[in-house]
Amino acid sequence: MVHWSAEEKQLITSVWAKVNVEECGAEALARLLIVYPWTQRFFSDFGNLSSPTAIIGNPRVRAHGKKVLTSFGEAIKNLDNLKGTYSKLSELHCDKLHVDPENFRLLGDILVIVLAAHFTKDFTPACQATWQKLVGLVAHALARKYH
Amino acid sequence: MLTAEDKKLIQQIWGKLGGAEEEIGAEALTRMFYSYPPTKTYFPHFDLSPGSEQVRVHGKKVVAALGTAIKNIDNLSQALSELSNLHAYNLRVDPPRFSLQFLSQCLQVALATRLGKDYSPEAHSAVDKFMSAVASVLAEKYR
Repeated sequence: MVHWSAEEKQLITSVWAKVNVEECGAEALARLLIVYPWTQRFFSDFGNLSSPTAIIGNPRVRAHGKKVLTSFGEAIKNLDNLKGTYSKLSELHCDKLHVDPENFRLLGDILVIVLAAHFTKDFTPACQATWQKLVGLVAHALARKYH
Repeated sequence: MLTAEDKKLIQQIWGKLGGAEEEIGAEALTRMFYSYPPTKTYFPHFDLSPGSEQVRVHGKKVVAALGTAIKNIDNLSQALSELSNLHAYNLRVDPPRFSLQFLSQCLQVALATRLGKDYSPEAHSAVDKFMSAVASVLAEKYR
């Protein structure tokens, strides 16, 4: 059972309240595909991923980024039950999508960097630590149903 | 592999720091100790409280080494040879940790908080690759 202090919950919700899920999601996913190009293997039917510009402008990347981050929003509403929240998605990523869970860690770290660039000095060490904990737990929850 | 474009971007990013390099070193370490408590196990002899002088001095050292690496980006192996020996034979920081992923992440967060949208996806990619290359060189002599 994960423990979240009041301060951690506050750091998560106050940051989340200011996040534009569509923009942030698109940015995070685009960066994943740019910084770790091998992750493009999961998106071969997304069309033009030939350059950072193409990736950033790709509407399917944007849409999927939004979907991914929207699901993060669900996690934030259910901080005390991340495993339950991600149970079905975990099965999906294993059985249908065949995604190596290491990729969840990569995306989590990228999300933290996107938040840092967006919030600049407000993204304090305490804030980062809380979010690193969250993305780590989400990655873990998503990997949990793998077999 | 670091491309010519990557190298240019890294030098540009470093150039944009306008003298804040040392602060960034201390900040990256502070963030690392906060987010990844096991990394503190390598510094039992340090005062790790906020504003620690030891952390500041060490951060400055780390950033100076990265600066040297950037100036010698075409020959990282040689430029970091001493540090490579130090890490392999004296410090013996656990290599997987030492794939510098935690320091790299925290350094990038420190850069992103200062540069905002100037920390573009292309710059992010270049720095990530660079830190990976540095980590490989530092781990070269482990066994």
